[in-house]
Amino acid sequence: MSSDARSSSLRNGTMASVALLVAFLAAWQWGPGLLGIPSFIVPPLSMVATEFVHAWRVDHLLLHTGVTFAEVLAGFVLGSLLGALFGYLLGMSPTAEFALSPYILALQIAPKVAFAPLFILWMGFTVYPKILVAILIVFFPVMVNVLTAVRAVDPDLINLARAFKATRAQIFWKIEFPTSLPPMFAGLRIGSTLAVVGVVVGELVGGNVGLGYLLSFGEGQANTPMVFVSIVMLTIVGGITYVGVILVERRVLHYLPARSVGGNL
Amino acid sequence: MSVVRLEFRNVTMRFTERGKGVTLTAVTDVSFSIGDGEVVSLIGPSGCGKSTLLNIGSGLTAPSEGGAFVDGQRVEGPNAHVAFMLQKDLLLPWRTITENVMFGVEIQGVPQPERKRRAQSLLENFNLAEFSGHYPHQLSGGMRQRVALARTLAVDPHVLLLDEPFSAVDAQTRMVLQRDLAQTLKQAGKTALLITHDLTEAVILSDRVLVMSRRPGTVIDEISIDMPQRDNPIARRHDPKVSDYVAQLMDRLDIVHASLEQPAATGAA
Repeated sequence: MSSDARSSSLRNGTMASVALLVAFLAAWQWGPGLLGIPSFIVPPLSMVATEFVHAWRVDHLLLHTGVTFAEVLAGFVLGSLLGALFGYLLGMSPTAEFALSPYILALQIAPKVAFAPLFILWMGFTVYPKILVAILIVFFPVMVNVLTAVRAVDPDLINLARAFKATRAQIFWKIEFPTSLPPMFAGLRIGSTLAVVGVVVGELVGGNVGLGYLLSFGEGQANTPMVFVSIVMLTIVGGITYVGVILVERRVLHYLPARSVGGNL
Repeated sequence: MSVVRLEFRNVTMRFTERGKGVTLTAVTDVSFSIGDGEVVSLIGPSGCGKSTLLNIGSGLTAPSEGGAFVDGQRVEGPNAHVAFMLQKDLLLPWRTITENVMFGVEIQGVPQPERKRRAQSLLENFNLAEFSGHYPHQLSGGMRQRVALARTLAVDPHVLLLDEPFSAVDAQTRMVLQRDLAQTLKQAGKTALLITHDLTEAVILSDRVLVMSRRPGTVIDEISIDMPQRDNPIARRHDPKVSDYVAQLMDRLDIVHASLEQPAATGAA
């Protein structure tokens, strides 16, 4: 594709995207009324906006969002680090992988969010059970991607390094680690969206702060606009985390051909 | 023959297939030596253990019997005097061209300014200086293979082991790469063992050609190439002697009677 054709297709795409957004917002505002849907089922956009302002002023929306965001970040960072660490260890030690694989598989199959009540029993209504659920849920996609990448390193590359008399550490830092980065970032992207799921479930189960709490509080009061506000804020929190991962990925994997990194998000 | 650089003494290599308990002899009783500055090609049917010999020569695998010797020293493991190059360029995608050329010297702990100097002069020799800051995916296959050759030469080895280095590039690029290799080997006075399936390539690049048998592989014949201009394979191609040598090699390999129904080569080719 020529750069002219590409920029024009990009422009068309952006225009279509904006048009779609306007249509969606309009449908949200006037659609429920036209279809006779009561506002406690689907509140129109303006009601949600009013509730947003109210929640911001009265219900400490910013605090709830901040707490949730901090939990997401903590869970995501710790879960990623642990996932990567185990990915490398198991990737380099087939014995360890063989011994641990049934347990890892069992833990991977178990729905991680089901652990939320357990963690709350253990740690009370603090931020820690939420972070722990996020860690658990982020851990697997990162670990599996790193493990597979370490396994898939071309043995000829390792032989090349060995022929130059590379030490084990040099083979890791100069070959295995950089090779594993593109798949690791694929895992991190998945993890960044899952971290939000883990935190919200934790907050729904117990506690008195965070967007998940606001969500269940709104539900308890049949305050549908508040539920919508919480969902929007959660989407923003997840979006920021995801975009953050993409931006780091673009920097780290700058050597890859342009379109294979990040794509169009 | 002058000083012997690389020598294989009664090398036998057996592999035990995992789980089956079957022992497979890849090469048996291989002996030959290569003198300083000599270029020798190794040809043979696929699966005859050519690459196994290369791995033994570079110290990546230990032979079951016998041994490889470089400058009279037994090869006990990877060492700085031998470097190898494969069909795959094995360039690291996250390194620039210069950084890729420096890969070996970096591992060997050569100081940074010296590494840079070597990489730059090699890239200039190969007309790649303008691509020094590029990444491998931005280069053509032929250029990438030239970078791989530069990386091999950067460690300044006495002996180069080349395993079908040009078999993945198109025919015209191959001729250019063959010329580059031949000139470099001649100028630097390097010793090389070249594994190839291309009989013409073996003839035009070498001083001698060793012919191996089917598995278990062993050297069954040795043909000296009595032609001038080993540093100019393109000129050698025009020499009518080339087709005589190729015919001779075909005869030795018994290509006319070779069937394709050989059991598929397992393990090392």
